[in-house]
Amino acid sequence: MSFGMKTFYNGASFARSEIPLLDNDTFFQGVVDSIRGGWRVCSYCGVPTAGGATLYCIMSSRGSSGVLGIASTLVGKTFPSLTRISPQLHLFEREIAEQCLVRPEGHPWFKPVRFQKPLCDGEGVWHDSDGGGLLAGVMDYYRVEGDEVHEVAVGPVHAGIIEPGHFRFQCHGEEVFHLEIALGFQHRGIERTLIGGPSPRTMHLMETIAGDTTIAHGQAYCINMESLEGIYAPPRAEAVRGIALELERLANHTGDLGAIAGDVGYLPTASFCGRIRGDFLNMTALLCGSRFGRGLLRPGGLGYDCDQDIADEILKRLENVRVDLAGAVALLWSTQSVMARLEGVGQLKETDAREIGLVGPAARACGLNRDVRRDHPFGIFRMSQIPVITATSCDVYARAMVRWLEIERSLDFIVEQLSHLPRGGGYRNQSGGKLSANSCAVALTEGWRGEICHLALTDDAGHFECYKITDPSFHNWTGLALALRNQQISDFPLCNKSFNLSYCGFDL
Amino acid sequence: MTDIFIHIILAMLMPPLLLGVIGKTKALFAGRVGAPFLQPYYDILRLLRKGTVFSTTTTWIFRAGPVVALATTAVAALLIPLGYHSAPISFSGDMILYAYLFALGRFFTMAAALDTGSSFEGMGAAREATYSCLAEPTLFFALITLSRLSGSYSLSEMLSNVTTVVWSYAGASLLLLIGGMFIVLLVENCRIPFDDPNTHLELTMIHEVMVLDHSGPAFAIVQYAAALKLFVLGAFFVRLALPFATGNTLLDWVVFMSSMLGLAVAIGVVESVMARLRLVRVPQLLVAATILAAFSTLLVIR
Repeated sequence: MSFGMKTFYNGASFARSEIPLLDNDTFFQGVVDSIRGGWRVCSYCGVPTAGGATLYCIMSSRGSSGVLGIASTLVGKTFPSLTRISPQLHLFEREIAEQCLVRPEGHPWFKPVRFQKPLCDGEGVWHDSDGGGLLAGVMDYYRVEGDEVHEVAVGPVHAGIIEPGHFRFQCHGEEVFHLEIALGFQHRGIERTLIGGPSPRTMHLMETIAGDTTIAHGQAYCINMESLEGIYAPPRAEAVRGIALELERLANHTGDLGAIAGDVGYLPTASFCGRIRGDFLNMTALLCGSRFGRGLLRPGGLGYDCDQDIADEILKRLENVRVDLAGAVALLWSTQSVMARLEGVGQLKETDAREIGLVGPAARACGLNRDVRRDHPFGIFRMSQIPVITATSCDVYARAMVRWLEIERSLDFIVEQLSHLPRGGGYRNQSGGKLSANSCAVALTEGWRGEICHLALTDDAGHFECYKITDPSFHNWTGLALALRNQQISDFPLCNKSFNLSYCGFDL
Repeated sequence: MTDIFIHIILAMLMPPLLLGVIGKTKALFAGRVGAPFLQPYYDILRLLRKGTVFSTTTTWIFRAGPVVALATTAVAALLIPLGYHSAPISFSGDMILYAYLFALGRFFTMAAALDTGSSFEGMGAAREATYSCLAEPTLFFALITLSRLSGSYSLSEMLSNVTTVVWSYAGASLLLLIGGMFIVLLVENCRIPFDDPNTHLELTMIHEVMVLDHSGPAFAIVQYAAALKLFVLGAFFVRLALPFATGNTLLDWVVFMSSMLGLAVAIGVVESVMARLRLVRVPQLLVAATILAAFSTLLVIR
């Protein structure tokens, strides 16, 4: 099943020469076969070369073996598109075309992803007439024609305080036939900046890939840096990282439950969850002085150690917060008018979710049992497991319920970890050395939205030749579009909140 | 004369207070302090001081929307008796005028929304048209019932006829009636569970989405007209549901005002303890309201 892929475990680094460079047929056929066999694509990216690009594909094995695989191939100006067979590749292929100017032949949905400048010189793959694929939001949109069909365009400027994104609904009355999502308005060129790195600024950049996912992205970067430098974070640091990651999950899941309640106009839960989210953020602030955990994680350890006083204070606060949160969320489940709004809305079939490679709570709400913390454990999760929660109804209710159950598990986990933190320091040590040259490192973490994949490739001098970031939103935006099919357009905000995807994490 | 004076003063000044009370009630349920009771007044005054932006694609219809909405509601406020006091204007058949004044105001609000050419506002107008069609029969069944009970076609006489005595022999009918009318009150005023007046989500709104393009004084008029509509429909409902009179004119005004505030609290409670309905469910509830009102008519006709 692994068609000659190099197999490894999460957080490993190895020489680039170990990545098999397969011929095109073996590579593409192998990717298709593996996906059929239950493997899933974590990241699929290209590095521009003189006459085309080298494509790297990172895949995650099925089941609990924890094996990841990587393979590469060299392509010219074009490469065969696999999207018709494996829809989960569709955005990756468009991204490769955009960054490396190689065209996926036969791509059924060939449009720009972020409207970014390519990483290499050459002729663009889109026409000049529609902005050459460089003007955000300017492209051909899918249209439905016919009587009583109308188009509703929302954004990129929204009524609420949210990030910019453009949504086009093809509607028949109140029913949505199709939703197309155009992003890229937040593109900051993070991956381009990282080429030639790392620099002392890189860690700060990682913390801002998606501001609400600071810890998860920060940890993925730390894992890569540590494995490339050949150092380890002390056990205490790993424990605190795990606590911070779960605090991040708690804050965001709580905020999401509140936002879902707010969208259906149910105020008590909305207000309480808004306040409790702040409580969780303040606990993170207790650890490092930043409510979003900036500055807490550093390659090689922690930016700030967590002393016993802080641990006791957090434990005390958690006790109160758990009671408040359980009460506020129980109101949701016990109010029938709320349940009537959540159940059966925004259903995404399990088969569709599997085909588009959904990750995170959204995937688990569709019955897909995948969680990086268990499947590819990293850091503290190698020692201490968190049970994976799934639901089967695939609707907004399932996504809300999965969030709540994950909150309970995360609370238990934090209490357990805080009550016996490993001894020894957690401060950063040893780091700052040279990265090993001509190496490859891959790190997966489970952010609160789902799987985060960081791939680092270093050159002869130990600088990044490519640093590929895959945010869970990159997998999941398609899921939102599919969940809206044949739904009421008035249910869009609710479905959107139940996914709560990142714009800046996608746009990079 | 004093009564007419008080009637006009109350109708002019009291409506935004109801919104303030609703807001405060909801805040208490949510565990927040909430905005001051007078916040809706401040909002309207703030908007009145601002400039207005009119899109160049709009015509006079867009500007007429808020004005007609306010004018029609204000006239309706003169037709409705407040508590035990007769309305300043009253004639046989004014109940039809009362019902269609709202329809006229709504028509202009929807026309103004369509005038902007925005897809959101078009959707809002379509929703408003659908739901108001379904709410109208309830109001008419209510008017028929009251007319039958009083033998009059004038709102003042129809409503002043509803006393505790009438409740004692037509209680079943009136109970069904106020059930239906409460639903109409909520849907006409865009309250939860039908519409969320506080949401910022364009795709889910009904009334708010139709007035997205109004700004400054025009939007202040829209806000004030909406509050006045709540006041006028609320007065109708309160007169049916709480037919208490002391006999003292001034004391009756106090009773009326406290009943209105009580109604605002009740609306706030409803909004706090339940979520919005899915839009597809709204017509079902409106049909239920119509059936309630129709049965109340049947009971008095038999």
